[in-house]
Amino acid sequence: MGYVAVKGGRDAIVASQARLTYERLAEGRVLDVADVRAGLRGAIDQVMSEASLYDEDVAALALKQAEGSPEEAVFLLRAFRSTLPRLHHTRTADTRPMHVERRISATFKDVPGGQLLGASYDYVHRLLDPDLRFETDADARAWLARWRAEAEAAASAVGTPEGGDAEAGEGPDGASDALPKVLDYLRTEGLMEARADDDRAPGDVTKAALSFPAGRSRRLQVLTRGQTGVVTALGYASLRGFGPMLHPTVGELRVGRQPLSVPDPDAVADQIDDPEEDHYLGTVRLTEVETVVPVAVSAAGPQDAERTALGFDLGYGACFGRNETKAIAMSLLDQTLEHPDPRAPTHDEEFVLLHVDAVEASGFISHLKLPHYVTFQSELDAVRRTRAAALGGAGDADDAGVAGDAPDAPTDGEGTP
Amino acid sequence: MSVDANFAFLDEGSKREIRRAALKAVAIPGYQVPFASREMPIARGWGTGGLQLTLALIGRDDVLKVIDQGSDESVNAVNIKALVQATTGVATCEDTGEATLVQSRHRIPERPLRRNQILVLQVPIPEPLRRVEPRESVTKRLHAEADYAGAYLQLFERIVRHGDASAGADHPVRVDGRYVMAPSPVPRFDNPKLHRAEALVLLGAGREKKIYAVPPHTDVASLAFDDHPFRVEDVAGRACAACGATGVFLDEVEGDDGTATFLCNDTAECRARRVGAAPSGGGP
Repeated sequence: MGYVAVKGGRDAIVASQARLTYERLAEGRVLDVADVRAGLRGAIDQVMSEASLYDEDVAALALKQAEGSPEEAVFLLRAFRSTLPRLHHTRTADTRPMHVERRISATFKDVPGGQLLGASYDYVHRLLDPDLRFETDADARAWLARWRAEAEAAASAVGTPEGGDAEAGEGPDGASDALPKVLDYLRTEGLMEARADDDRAPGDVTKAALSFPAGRSRRLQVLTRGQTGVVTALGYASLRGFGPMLHPTVGELRVGRQPLSVPDPDAVADQIDDPEEDHYLGTVRLTEVETVVPVAVSAAGPQDAERTALGFDLGYGACFGRNETKAIAMSLLDQTLEHPDPRAPTHDEEFVLLHVDAVEASGFISHLKLPHYVTFQSELDAVRRTRAAALGGAGDADDAGVAGDAPDAPTDGEGTP
Repeated sequence: MSVDANFAFLDEGSKREIRRAALKAVAIPGYQVPFASREMPIARGWGTGGLQLTLALIGRDDVLKVIDQGSDESVNAVNIKALVQATTGVATCEDTGEATLVQSRHRIPERPLRRNQILVLQVPIPEPLRRVEPRESVTKRLHAEADYAGAYLQLFERIVRHGDASAGADHPVRVDGRYVMAPSPVPRFDNPKLHRAEALVLLGAGREKKIYAVPPHTDVASLAFDDHPFRVEDVAGRACAACGATGVFLDEVEGDDGTATFLCNDTAECRARRVGAAPSGGGP
């Protein structure tokens, strides 16, 4: 009685839920949420980015509850997000005042403000460290005390950075404020089109269904919410040549804390646009990427319309947390989607935007686990009838004389022995 | 973190948006109204469209029935009902007659619905032209121009290849002579129940972000050709092994001896018939 096993669902569900709890607790130890927050920063940044919810404590809780599965943690956070009213929109943020912890450029060896390596796995050997198995909280505190003492000694040896560059002051944590944008240099050279800021209110993909063409603000939102692995894979595909794309270069990648504010509600109601009245919300850690993509631009001059010159196009990526691969991949896709090309899926807005979302993809894939016996029964009925007709005699008058193939029956290929 | 702060889970603004989309859907029968589908605590593709409609519509006096594949006890039905109950405290039921609001995956209950009931159907693929055309921007234009040649072409191809126009479950219907609509994946058997029904039928697709509707007393015609008329699944000569009902949608159940027996798919109606309390089966 296989089909009916799904009935009597209540008891089975309760037992399944208990089993899940058992497996989470089976080793007799539980994770402290504060430990998750302190020690699993990469996972927290990833799920905050995909959930488009910036809250490290709630993300840590979701990761604990999901036993570390990013897919489940994002799911929990997105569902939690649905319970929250959306009251304000932050003011469009310029990232120039960002408190930068890491900033690199692959286009220029020396950039105004300098390269700032910050924290990155890029410069460590990926060797498993067996000593970490024996690390204790006391070890952590001792290491921190040493680090602070060294930093203070270095600071007093150099003197306070008051005589330094006024617009790029370095804070005690090694971070810099108000670094200029690397790509401004290319723009002033005229090598990259200087576009005016588009400060129109962006679309909100969480408050309106996507329609196509989506427009850039919506595209960027979908990409920044996209599943890290999928955005990375599609960016990789475009980079490998599934699309007429030349080799892009990271003009600037910066990780840092971005101040955000909301306009004063009363000022908005009175239609007064005064940033001085804004309410400061605090900062969010962001990864921002501006990629330079070589493109052919229009004719070099009116005297020779056949000639095309090369120029640089911009690809932009930004996401919550330190999330560099995804942000770079996003910047590649931003550029490809600005140049639609039906021959390449990574240049196809509908293909990319409708498939990068973790919650949507995992939800529909996993629904295949639900029983389907009603639709399958219907299919079975159709299959039997067509087969009966094809095998002769059993079909009714309508079907007589129609030599129906079995649906989607494999045909023998030429090479089949 | 106060997940249980809102009545019916969603915040009031979200519920209002969903109700507005539903009203527009009622005003344009069969037209797919885009809406800002929220992420829900159940997976996209597990009925979030139906759930959002249910949560947006439900009031404290409602009585809710949830079925999945014809059964109130199926895991998804139990989960959805538990979620709605936990966030609203409304009464639930299994008897179709008692419900004011019925959320369903894949079936329209056998017992005809009344004018003061609403049926919410969960929809995985709302676009009836998707198999013809993968692009949303194109299908939207085809609907605007009432260009349904592709839908008919699909049926025609089935006739040529298989001798039968029936498209399994989710056989497309034309609503009020205008929009062609996917009737959720209800079996063909249930298509005729949509025609001039007494109850409002709302269809919600959460992942695809669409709401559409068949208002009461609206013409709903399954697509067909004059010489290849629409046919429902053949249930002739079969009866439920439990209650003896005929002319209803039956599940095929393989017995231990390898032979097939049949049981009512609508378990609530089957149970009611067995205790002698239900009106006769409502098959077409």
